[in-house]
Amino acid sequence: MTGTRLPQLWIGLVVTVSVLAAALLSLVWTPYPVDAQSIIDRLQGPGAAHWLGTDMFGRDILSRVLGGAGTALLVGSAAVVVGLAGGLPLGLAAAMNRDGWADTLIARGADLIFAFPALLSAVLIAAVYGPGAANVVVAVGIFNIAVFARVIRGAALSVMARPFIRAALALGRPWPSVAAIHLLPNIAGVIAVQGTVQFAVAILAEAGLSYLGLGVKPPDPSWGKMLADAQTLLYLDPKQAIIPGLAILWAVLGLNMLGDGLRDLLDPRLRSMRARG
Amino acid sequence: MKRQLGAFTLGLAILLGLTLGPAVQTPAQAKTGLIMGVTLEPPHLDPTAGAPAAIDEIVYANVFEGLTRIDAQGQVKPGLAERWVIEDDGMTYRFILRPGVTFHDGAALEASDVKFSFERAVADDSENAQKGLFSAIDSIEAPDDKTVILKLNRKEGLLLWNLGWGDAVIVDPASAADNKTHPIGTGPFKFVDWTQGDQVRLTRNPDYWGTAAALDAATFKFIPDPAAQVAALLAGDVDVIPNIGAPEAVAQFQADPRFQVLVGTTEGETILAMNQRRPLLQDVRVRRAIQHAIDRQAVIDGAMFGFGTPIGSHFAPHSPAYTDLTGVTPYDPEKAKALLAEAGVAPGTKLVMKLPPPVYARRGGEVVAAQLQAVGFDVDQIPVDWGQWVSEVFKGDHDFDLTIVSHTEPLDIGIYARDDYYFGYDNPAFKELMLKIDGVSDPAQRNTLYKEAQRMLADDAVNGFLFQLAKVAVAKKELKGLWANAPIQANDLTGVKWE
Repeated sequence: MTGTRLPQLWIGLVVTVSVLAAALLSLVWTPYPVDAQSIIDRLQGPGAAHWLGTDMFGRDILSRVLGGAGTALLVGSAAVVVGLAGGLPLGLAAAMNRDGWADTLIARGADLIFAFPALLSAVLIAAVYGPGAANVVVAVGIFNIAVFARVIRGAALSVMARPFIRAALALGRPWPSVAAIHLLPNIAGVIAVQGTVQFAVAILAEAGLSYLGLGVKPPDPSWGKMLADAQTLLYLDPKQAIIPGLAILWAVLGLNMLGDGLRDLLDPRLRSMRARG
Repeated sequence: MKRQLGAFTLGLAILLGLTLGPAVQTPAQAKTGLIMGVTLEPPHLDPTAGAPAAIDEIVYANVFEGLTRIDAQGQVKPGLAERWVIEDDGMTYRFILRPGVTFHDGAALEASDVKFSFERAVADDSENAQKGLFSAIDSIEAPDDKTVILKLNRKEGLLLWNLGWGDAVIVDPASAADNKTHPIGTGPFKFVDWTQGDQVRLTRNPDYWGTAAALDAATFKFIPDPAAQVAALLAGDVDVIPNIGAPEAVAQFQADPRFQVLVGTTEGETILAMNQRRPLLQDVRVRRAIQHAIDRQAVIDGAMFGFGTPIGSHFAPHSPAYTDLTGVTPYDPEKAKALLAEAGVAPGTKLVMKLPPPVYARRGGEVVAAQLQAVGFDVDQIPVDWGQWVSEVFKGDHDFDLTIVSHTEPLDIGIYARDDYYFGYDNPAFKELMLKIDGVSDPAQRNTLYKEAQRMLADDAVNGFLFQLAKVAVAKKELKGLWANAPIQANDLTGVKWE
């Protein structure tokens, strides 16, 4: 079964690496500065000077798509790091305190966060603190904490039931070292899979919020902002919308395929759990 | 899996939703009604109780009328007053009302209604946004049913023009209190209903005193989103949008035989307002540097796709009193840098620019920010909605350095004489000049003084003067009689008809 899923993993990996490469490249080099305007050159078609043409302010679209990848990567990875930093200790604590007060508290806290979709809480935060990439990270990051805490708790519980953990504990090893040496490596796959999924969610959230004008502030490049600006230009110049739309599609599709492939590669048994639940 | 699928679907939906626009056509048919798409929904419908242009854009000249009216060319014409006599060397105005005028509830128009309306407008508890229009009126007398005598406390050259504003329309004492939700006036259209968030409907007034309207009904639909405005026109959901929010879509309508595009002028001076409460912006050298950094034509091209006229001061180019001052502080980045160096402004100095929703502000902001960046400022663009703009920029703590806004009221240069106005300009010489203009009724002399005032503002580089907003209307080809220009904030449907 794993073999049939592998192409998905490889395609996902290649697509994701291409996005990462574009994002990293944009940090050091873009064909033009991302916010360099040249009004007389606006709305040009693809050509030698501008490979993907220019937007309504005469900015180079290729540079802005690359810069948008950089923004997406920064927001996505920051949101995942925030989520992991909070979710990992909380998830492990909940697992070790199974059905205790800490476990209940964490579970209810996660329920509370899930009650508000990440996008809605991001809109709320942006409304209070104003738009900005940092607010997107905070909103999606908080949502991610709940996601990671819940996923890690479940994975940790199933591993903790296995004999080698009990053996390690019986030998008198302290909890933190058991968790670090025996538990973490066995749930790393789950974390990696969830990480790619949350990364994709964060990219979509950033695009969505920037589309609404609540994400990154102009003139910083963002795929969502590019889509928003392109809206009224659809008839005049449809590529303004198609290019960032494809970029979002490409990145999210790649991350989702990578996540799916990783899950099957790292823990085939999860499949049977999925079938049941 | 569900979440991934959801994410994937959302991505697809964003893409598809944007690439598949509506392109539905409706069959042509003989029409007698009109559906107009307006950008903003008014907070209420009483033009004498609030500043929003959205109110006048529905009710002015359609539902409510004043003693005088302002026509498509910005000229004063008789309204409910058939004629008038100016006596006493301009200190007394005697108005004779038209016979046979009734309000929509059947009450006859009498001179006492005029007295009531004006006294209500200037009362202490009045919400009238333009009390200044009446400031020259000392007393109002109604010696008989059809005669109104206004006695002035000073000469007011603009009195007849002032009385043509939406804020000076005549209301009926019996219904005035309910005009916010159920307006009752004397105009060619009667109010039918208002569906909040959707539309206001008017119907033809069969008892109108003048020539009855050609349209038997008019519906004003609220469509704030520029993309939705384009879609509504293409789909035939609206017949006309008098102020299209997406100038980039105009070329497409110009090429489409089903539509006509009317490009006209407005009273909207679009300015980069500078908060002069900030020590940095108190320095006239810094303000001049900012104006020197701005390439007005690039702002017009980049933000408005070429629709707009560069201005050098706060005055509408179509006005006879206008003087072109765009050369006082022309685009000159090198000079801007030199002025900043002279004023001791370090490169990288931060400026906060708050931008309300219209495209002239958001897009204009992107262009202006890039131009200011080029002379060494670090501009932080903050998009705000109108509510935030009013509470943070216009009122309250005036927490901003720069903002872009269009001042759409006619002949509003007097705002620079106001105490504690939002951009905080305080110049006693200018205030004195405004007082002087108030006392002059000779048009030529007034124009000279207005030119002097414009020059004073340009020399002081009070704000960054960008461009005059164009009025770009898109309508179905068969629609005739629409106003091309907007000398006041109105959509007068009196003369509109289908061909």
